[in-house]
Amino acid sequence: MADELVIAGKAYGSRLLVGTGKYRDFAQTRAAIDASGAEIVTVAIRRVNIGQNPGEPNLLDALPPDRFTILPNTAGCFTAEDAVRTLRLARELLDGHALVKLEVLGDAETLFPNMPETLAAAKTLVAEGFQVMVYCSDDPILARQLEDIGCVAVMPLASLIGSGMGILNPWNLQIIRDRAKVPVLVDAGIGTASDAAVAMELGCDGVLMNTAIANATDPVRMGRAMKLAVEAGREAFLAGRMPKKPYRASASSPTEGLIGKAS
Amino acid sequence: MELRVTVNGAERRFAPPLTVAGLVGEMGVAGRRIAIERNGEIVPRSRYGETMLADGDRLEVVVAVGGG
Repeated sequence: MADELVIAGKAYGSRLLVGTGKYRDFAQTRAAIDASGAEIVTVAIRRVNIGQNPGEPNLLDALPPDRFTILPNTAGCFTAEDAVRTLRLARELLDGHALVKLEVLGDAETLFPNMPETLAAAKTLVAEGFQVMVYCSDDPILARQLEDIGCVAVMPLASLIGSGMGILNPWNLQIIRDRAKVPVLVDAGIGTASDAAVAMELGCDGVLMNTAIANATDPVRMGRAMKLAVEAGREAFLAGRMPKKPYRASASSPTEGLIGKAS
Repeated sequence: MELRVTVNGAERRFAPPLTVAGLVGEMGVAGRRIAIERNGEIVPRSRYGETMLADGDRLEVVVAVGGG
């Protein structure tokens, strides 16, 4: 049986979701995303530059919505109202597309989520028929509340957005994963391949990242590294790791038949 | 009389009458994948031609850009 990630009833072959910000140009964006194997890609919604560069290339030409699942986000929104308005615009922009990434920020410096506003926005969006994947703090109670509201995936942070600090609290992620009935994706804070592998080894259903790939010296190569890391971590989780045996070595080679001993 | 509308936070003046479709043309974004909110409500693309702008309207015109 294929090991697929199912979100809101749709199956995906890749458990790696990637952002599209911070790349040099759209060609690099596309090349890195192709290397990552990601099928779901996030985009931001912003005011159009009026009267400037009429022939300006469009992100959605580089990432056609018939080929990728476009996940519009609410990055930069600090209120539930702004987040909801942004996603209504996104749904119109993407011809009725309902799958969205909700994030409501609470602090411009740390980009920590404002969870009361996030919960309020989630309620409104779910009532309006959106399929909400939600960026959240790694608090298991809040994650459960978001699930109860009807979010289709909860996405706790590993560490601060864009920080590359890796997974600061694996225990909380573990608790969230163990209790949630919807997919749990680690969103934000991944720095390198091992971070992604650890998230998957914890049993998380997927990983969402942007800066770790886009700000690598070679983004295309890092895209591939993340693909392999997510696959390796997932395989290790499914394989079931050996139990840890603190302070107790166990030889892997036979302890009998060694040369130079009296038999 | 001029038609004053706020588009993406900046006030602009046009000669009435003007539809949303007309505004899109004036802004040079016709044919691009955009979405428009007028006074807090989405204007569906299918209604650009019939939606008349009124003095004091506030519009947001957005596109998808790179982001996480």
